[in-house]
Amino acid sequence: MILPLLIFIPLLGGLLCWQVERMSRAAPRWIALLSMLLVTALGVQLVLQGDYSLATATGGGAHWQSEYRLHWIPALGISFHLGIDGLSLLMVLLTGGLGVAAILCSWREIQKNVGFFYLNLLWNLGGVIGVFLALDMFLFFFFWEVMLVPMYFLIALWGHNAPDGKGRIHAANKFFIFTQASGLLLLIAIVALVLIAAHQNGVISFDYDVLRHTRMSPNVEYLVMLGFFIAFAVKMPVLPFHSWLPDAHAQAPTAGSVDLAGILLKTAAYGLLRFALPIFPHASQEFAPVAMWLGVTGIFYGAVLACAQTDIKRLVAYTSISHMGFVLVGIYSGNMIALQGVVIQMLAHGISAGGLFILCGEIYERLHTRDLRQMGGLWSRMTWLPAFALFFAAASLGLPGTGNFVGEFLILLGAFKVVPVVATVATGALILAAVYSLLLVQKAFFGPSRSEEALEGLNLRERGIMLVLVVSLLVLGVYPQPVLDLSEAIMFYTQHWYAVPVLK
Amino acid sequence: MSDSLMSMLFLTFVFPLAGFVLLAFSRGRFSENMSALIGVGSMGLSAATTALVMREFLANPPADGVYTQVLWTWLRIENFSPRFALHLDGLSLTMLGIVTGVGFLIHLFASWYMRGEEGYSRFFAYMNLFVASMLYLVLADNLLFLYCGWEGVGLCSYLLIGFYYKHSANGHAAMKAFIITRVGDVFMAVGLFILFRELGTLDIRNILQAVPSHANHDALALAALLLLGGAVGKSAQLPLQTWLADAMAGPTPVSALIHAATMVTAGVYLVARMHTLFEVSPGVLYLVGVVGAITLLMAGFSALVQTDIKRVLAYSTMSQIGYMFLALGVGAWQAAIFHLMTHAFFKALLFLSAGAVIIACHHEQDIFKMGGLWKKIPFIYLCFIVGGSALAAFPFVTAGFYSKDEILWLAYAGGNASLFYAGLFGALLTSLYTFRLIFLVFHGEAKTDAHAGHGVSYGLPLAVLLVLSTAVGAMIHPPLAGVLPESPASHLEEGKHTLEMLSAGVAIFGIVVAAILFLPANKPLQGFFSTRFAHGFRCLWKYAWGFDALYNVLFVKPYLYLVHINRRDLIDVVIESIPGVMRAGHDALSATENGRVRWYAAAMVSGAAAVLVVVLWF
Repeated sequence: MILPLLIFIPLLGGLLCWQVERMSRAAPRWIALLSMLLVTALGVQLVLQGDYSLATATGGGAHWQSEYRLHWIPALGISFHLGIDGLSLLMVLLTGGLGVAAILCSWREIQKNVGFFYLNLLWNLGGVIGVFLALDMFLFFFFWEVMLVPMYFLIALWGHNAPDGKGRIHAANKFFIFTQASGLLLLIAIVALVLIAAHQNGVISFDYDVLRHTRMSPNVEYLVMLGFFIAFAVKMPVLPFHSWLPDAHAQAPTAGSVDLAGILLKTAAYGLLRFALPIFPHASQEFAPVAMWLGVTGIFYGAVLACAQTDIKRLVAYTSISHMGFVLVGIYSGNMIALQGVVIQMLAHGISAGGLFILCGEIYERLHTRDLRQMGGLWSRMTWLPAFALFFAAASLGLPGTGNFVGEFLILLGAFKVVPVVATVATGALILAAVYSLLLVQKAFFGPSRSEEALEGLNLRERGIMLVLVVSLLVLGVYPQPVLDLSEAIMFYTQHWYAVPVLK
Repeated sequence: MSDSLMSMLFLTFVFPLAGFVLLAFSRGRFSENMSALIGVGSMGLSAATTALVMREFLANPPADGVYTQVLWTWLRIENFSPRFALHLDGLSLTMLGIVTGVGFLIHLFASWYMRGEEGYSRFFAYMNLFVASMLYLVLADNLLFLYCGWEGVGLCSYLLIGFYYKHSANGHAAMKAFIITRVGDVFMAVGLFILFRELGTLDIRNILQAVPSHANHDALALAALLLLGGAVGKSAQLPLQTWLADAMAGPTPVSALIHAATMVTAGVYLVARMHTLFEVSPGVLYLVGVVGAITLLMAGFSALVQTDIKRVLAYSTMSQIGYMFLALGVGAWQAAIFHLMTHAFFKALLFLSAGAVIIACHHEQDIFKMGGLWKKIPFIYLCFIVGGSALAAFPFVTAGFYSKDEILWLAYAGGNASLFYAGLFGALLTSLYTFRLIFLVFHGEAKTDAHAGHGVSYGLPLAVLLVLSTAVGAMIHPPLAGVLPESPASHLEEGKHTLEMLSAGVAIFGIVVAAILFLPANKPLQGFFSTRFAHGFRCLWKYAWGFDALYNVLFVKPYLYLVHINRRDLIDVVIESIPGVMRAGHDALSATENGRVRWYAAAMVSGAAAVLVVVLWF
C-alpha cells in the first residue's frame, strides 16, 4: 500500500498547498516540506522492510519487492500497476531527498503565488515518482507527461529573464516542445510494441512483465528501440538533443534547476535501464557503439561548452550534459561494474548538481547576477558559501572521497573491459572536468574582488541543506556499499538480459 | 609483536583529518594560537604515533615484513572488492616517517611564518588535509585507494598554491598545477584499468605477485608506461614538468612540504612501489631513467639563471627528483628512496631557510636585490651552507653526498654509461647553481636590510633539519631490504672508491667555479654573459627551455579557440533557426493571400498553364 502513497502524497499535498495559500503564505511551504519528508520517510521504510539482495531474488524474472495493481482500463489491458525494486527505490529516495532540498531552497526565493508554485513542484515530483514506479507502459507514459507540464509552468511563471538570454517563456516553450515531441515518439513506440505483443499473445496488455518477452524481427526491434532511445535521449540529454537544457536551467527558478538536473534527467537513464535494454536486448547491443560514442561526444561537448559560459547556471547545466554522457557510456557497456557505477553516478550527480544549482541560486539572491564576469573575489565576502561551492566543484571534477569519483571510476573501469577505446577517450575528459570546475571556482570566488562590501552568509536553513548534501556525497564516496547492495540484484539481471540475449 | 601498538597506525592520518575538520568548521573564528595549536598539534600527535608504530615495527618486525590494517571494504561488485586497508612495510614506513616527521617540522615553522596572514586557520586546514591525503597515498594497499590519496594531495596542492587567492596570477598557477598533474592522473587511471582488465585486481600485493607469470607482457608494459605518465605528472618530470616552478606562488612552507619534501616525490614512490611491474618491462624502466636524466640536466640549466630564490630551489627540486628517477631506471631502487629521504631533509631545510630570508627581507624574493645577508642572519646562513652543501653533495659531511654518490655509482656499475655521465654533469650544475644562490644572497654588498626571526617554532625546525642534512641524516638507513630488490650492481666494489673521489671532486669543482664567478664584487665574465649568444641561452634556460610557450601553442590556444568558436553552441544555433525558417515560409505563403483579384487570376492561369505543361510534357 506504500507505493500508491508515494505518488499520491505529493499530488494531494500539491492541491492542499494551492488551496491553503489564501490562509497564509507560509502554510504551503510547510505542507510541501511535510509531504516530501513523508515520501522520503516512506522510502526509508521500504529500504528497511525489504530485502533487495541478489541472493533472495528468484532466478530469471524481474523481482519486485513490492507490487500494487488496480484495474484501470481492462478493455485495453491497462492497469494501475506499480512495482518497486532496488533501482526504483534508490531513485525514489533521491527524488524525496532532493525534493526536500528544492522546497527548502525556494523558501525565500519564491514570494509570488507560493501555493501554486508548490502545487507545480509537488506535481512534478509526484510525476517523477510515478515514472520510477510504473510497471504499465500506459501508466508510465501518463506519468512521463505529468512531470512535464508543471515544469513548464515552473519555468514560465517563476523563471528569471537572464539579460542575454531569450527569456523564460522562450526557454519554457523550448523545453516543452522538445519533451513533447520526444514524448510523441515514445507513445508511438509504446503502441507499436503493445500491438506486436498483442498480435503474438492474442491478448492486449500494456504490462511491463508481459511486454518484456515480446519477440520481434530485428528491423522492427531496432525501430521500436530507436523510438524509446530518442525519447530518453532528449530527456537525458544526449547530443544533439541537448539544447533545451542550458536554456531551461538558465531561466528556471532554483528549485526547478535542482529538480531538472537532479531528478528529471535521471528518469531518462532509468528508462534506458528499465525499458530500452531489457525489452530490446538485440537491437540495443547493435546500437551500443553508436550510443556510447554519442555519450563520449556529449562528455566532451558539454565540457568544452561549460568552459565558454559566463552565466554560472549555464555553466553547471553544460557540466550536466558532460556527466550524463558517462551514464550513457556505462549503461550501454553492459558491464556489471559499469552498471553499478551508473547507479552511483546518477545519485552523485543528482546531489552534486543539485548542490551547485542551490548555491547558484543563493549567489543570485545576494548578488542579483549570475554573470561570472561580475563576480570574483567572493571568497572573502561571504562565509560558508564559497567553501561549499569549492566542495561541489571538487565533486564535479570527480575528486576521490565523493560519490562522483566512485561513479565515474566504476563506469570507466567496467567499460574498459568491454570497450577499451571508448573508455580511454572518455577518461581524457577528466582533464576537461578539472578545467571547467576550477574555472568556475577561480572566476567566482578567487581573484580580486569587485567590492569589499560583505555579503550575507548562509543562514541555518541554507547551511542545513548544504551539509546534508555534502555528507550524503561523502558517504557515497567512502562507503557506497549499502547503495550497491540495493541495486545489485536488478543490475545483475539487467546485465544478464542485455549481455546474453536469449533467443525468444 | 604488540598488535595494539601497530593498530594505532590509522591514527596517523586520523589526527590531521580531525585537525582539518575542526579548522574548516572554525570559519576563521579561532585565534591564531588556537589554530596553530590544532594544526601543529594534530601533526605532532600524528608524528608521535608514527614514532611509536615505527619503533614497534622495527623492534618486532611482522612475519613477512608487512603489517596490514583493514579498515573497511570500500565496495564490492562481483569479484572486485577494493578495501580501505593500510599496508605498512619498510617502504611505506620510510615514507610515513618522512611525511609525518618533516611535515611536523614544517607545520611548526609555518606557525611562525604565517603569523598575521589572512586565512591563518584556512592555511592549517589545507595543510592538515594534505598530510592526511599523503598518508593515504603511502599507506594504501591497493591502487584505487592510492589513487584517492594521489588526487587528494593534488587538490590540496591546488588550494595551497592559490592560497593568496586575491592575485589572479596565483589562481592561474594553481590551476596550471592541478590540470597538468591531472593529465598525468588520466594516464595513471587508464593504467589502472589495464591492470584490472589483465589481472582482475587492483590490490598492490596481488598485482606484484601476478605480474611475473602473466603472459601478456605488452599490456603490462603499456600499464607501466601509463603509470609512469602519472608519476611524471606528480613529480614534475619531463614532459609534464612545467607546473612546478609556477607552484612557488604558494606560501613558502607549502613549497617546502608539498613541492619539495613530500608530494612531488610521490611519483618516485609509485614507481618503487610497483617495482615488479617495471622490472618485467625493461624498456619502460629504462625510459624512467632517461626521463630522469634529461629532466635533471634541463632543470639544472634552468636553475642556473633564475633570479627568484624560490624558483632556483624549485628547479633544483625537479633536478633532484630527476636523480631519483634515474636511480629507479637503473634498478637502484633503494638508492632512489634513500635519496628521496635525504632530499626531503635538506630541501625542506633550504626552503624553510629561504622562507626565513624572504621574511627577513620583507617579502623580497629576487636574489639580485639581496646580498651580504650573512652578517645579519648568520643562523640562516649556516642553514643555507649546510643545506646547500647537501644539495651539492659536498663530500663526506653531508647527507646528500652519500645518497647521490650511491645513485651515481650504481648507474655506473650497472653499465648505464650515458645515464651516469648525465648524472655526473648534473652534479656539477647542482653545485654551481646552489652556490651561485648562496653567494649572491649572503655575500657581496648588502642591498637590503634584514631582521632575524626568533622563537622556538622558528629555530627548532631549522635546527633539526640542519642536523639531519649532515652526515647524521645519512646514517638513517631506510628499512628497505626485502621490500625493494637489491640493485644488480650492488655487490660490485671495484672502482667504487675512485668514483667517490670523482663525484667529490666534481662537487668541489662546481663550488670553486661558483666562487670565482659570483663571489668577487667585480664579477668576471660579465662581458661574455652580455653577448647575444649567452643572452639567448639565458632566456631559453630562464623560461625552462620554452615548454610553456610550446604547450601554449599546442594545447591551450587550440582549446581556447575551440571554446571560442563554439561559444554559442552551434547545434543550438541550428535548432534555434528552425522557427526562423518556419516564419519565412509563413511570410512567403501569406504574401500570396493579398486579396487582389488580379493576383489570384494570374496565379490561377499560371497554375493551370503549369499543370498543362506538365501533363503534355510527360
